[in-house]
Amino acid sequence: MWTWFYRLGSPKWFYDISGRWLPWIACVASILLLTGTVWGLAFAPQDYQQGNSFRIMYIHVPSAFLAQSCYFVMAICGGIGLVWKMKLSDIVAKSCAPIGASFTLLALVTGAIWGKPTWNTWWVWDARLTSMLVLLFLYLGVIALQSAIVDRNQAAKASAVLTLVGLVNIPIIKYSVEWWNTLHQPASFSLISRPAMPMEMWMPLLIMVIGFYCFFAAVLIMRTRVEILEREWRTDWVRSLVKNR
Amino acid sequence: MHPVRKQRLVILLFIVAGVSVAVGLALVVLQENINLFYTPTEIANGDAPGNTLIRAGGMVVDGSVKRDSNSLKVEFQLTDYAKTITVQYEGILPDLFREGQGIVTQGKINREGSFQAIEVLAKHDENYMSPEVAEALEKSGADYPGKAIDNASKKMSY
Repeated sequence: MWTWFYRLGSPKWFYDISGRWLPWIACVASILLLTGTVWGLAFAPQDYQQGNSFRIMYIHVPSAFLAQSCYFVMAICGGIGLVWKMKLSDIVAKSCAPIGASFTLLALVTGAIWGKPTWNTWWVWDARLTSMLVLLFLYLGVIALQSAIVDRNQAAKASAVLTLVGLVNIPIIKYSVEWWNTLHQPASFSLISRPAMPMEMWMPLLIMVIGFYCFFAAVLIMRTRVEILEREWRTDWVRSLVKNR
Repeated sequence: MHPVRKQRLVILLFIVAGVSVAVGLALVVLQENINLFYTPTEIANGDAPGNTLIRAGGMVVDGSVKRDSNSLKVEFQLTDYAKTITVQYEGILPDLFREGQGIVTQGKINREGSFQAIEVLAKHDENYMSPEVAEALEKSGADYPGKAIDNASKKMSY
C-alpha cells in the first residue's frame, strides 16, 4: 500500500496518468453541465412559491457544495504535505485555492441574486451566509500566503497550517442552518435522505452537482499539471517533453 | 510509519482537534448572539431586549393580515405556534409574503408589546414543488412537506 502511496507522490507519474484521464473527465463534465443546465433552466417545472427564480439553485447549490469539498481536498493535501513532505500534495493544495475561491464567490453572488426576489434582501448576517463569507476569506488568505512567501516549502507549510485551522469552519457552514435560526433554509439536497423536491426538479440538480465535481476535477488536474511543469522544468523528463513537442 | 512522520501527524491532529474544541466552546457561549431572530415566544415572555432594533421570526397567522386601504400600512400576527405577537409595518412587502408563510422582520418592540417593523424578509423552506402538485395537494387536504403546519413541529425551521 505504501509503495502505491509514494508513487502517487511522484510528479512525473501524476503528469503521465492525469494526461490520459483529463480528456475523459473534461468530456464528461461538459456533457453533464450542458444537460443539467438545459434541463434545469428550461424543462424542470416551476416552483409553487418562487416561480422561475428558484432555478438559480441549479448553479447556487452545486457551487456551494464544491466550495466546501474543494476546501476539504485542500486540507487533506495540506495535511499530507505537512506530515509526509510530499511535493505533489503541496502542488495540489496550492492549485485548489483559486478554484475554491471562485466557487465560493459564485455561491455568494448567486445566493445574493436569489435572495433579492425571494427574501427581499441581498445580504443578511445570518450564520450560513457569514460562515460562507469566512470561507472566502480563508481561501483568499491561502492565496495571499502562497504568493507572499517566495520559498515553496515555507509557503506550502504556512498555507497548510492556515487551511487546517480553518477546517473547523466547514462543519459550521454545514450545520449553521440547524444549530441556529437563520434566514437561509435548511438543505434540500442530500444523497442519503429523501429529496425535498420532486424527481423532475431533483434529477437536473443531481446532474449539475456531479457535473460540477467533474469540472472541478478537470480544472484541478489542469492547474496541477501546469504547476508541476513550472516546478520541475530543470528535470530531464520535462526537458525531453518540451523537446519532443 | 516513520516515527518523525507519526509525530508530525499527531501534532497536526492535535491542532485540528484543539481548534475545533476552542471554536466549539466559543460558539456554544455565543449561541444566543448567532441566532438571527427572536421567536414570538421569547418576545412575549420578555426575553428579547426592548427599545432596540431586533429581529423576530415566525409564521404569519392565517387570516390575520389587515391592510390599510389608504397607505402601505399593514398589521399581522406572527406566531411560533406557542405564542403570538402583533407586527405593524409600513412599506412594500416581499413577493413571497403571504399568510402561513415564514418571515423574519426587523424592528422594535413598543410599549404595548407589539412589534414595530422597519423591514420584512420572507423566509422560504427547503421544499420545492411544481404549482400543479401544490394545488392538487391543497385540494385533497393532504399534508405535503411545504405545508406550514409541518414546519411548526420542526423546531426553529420556519
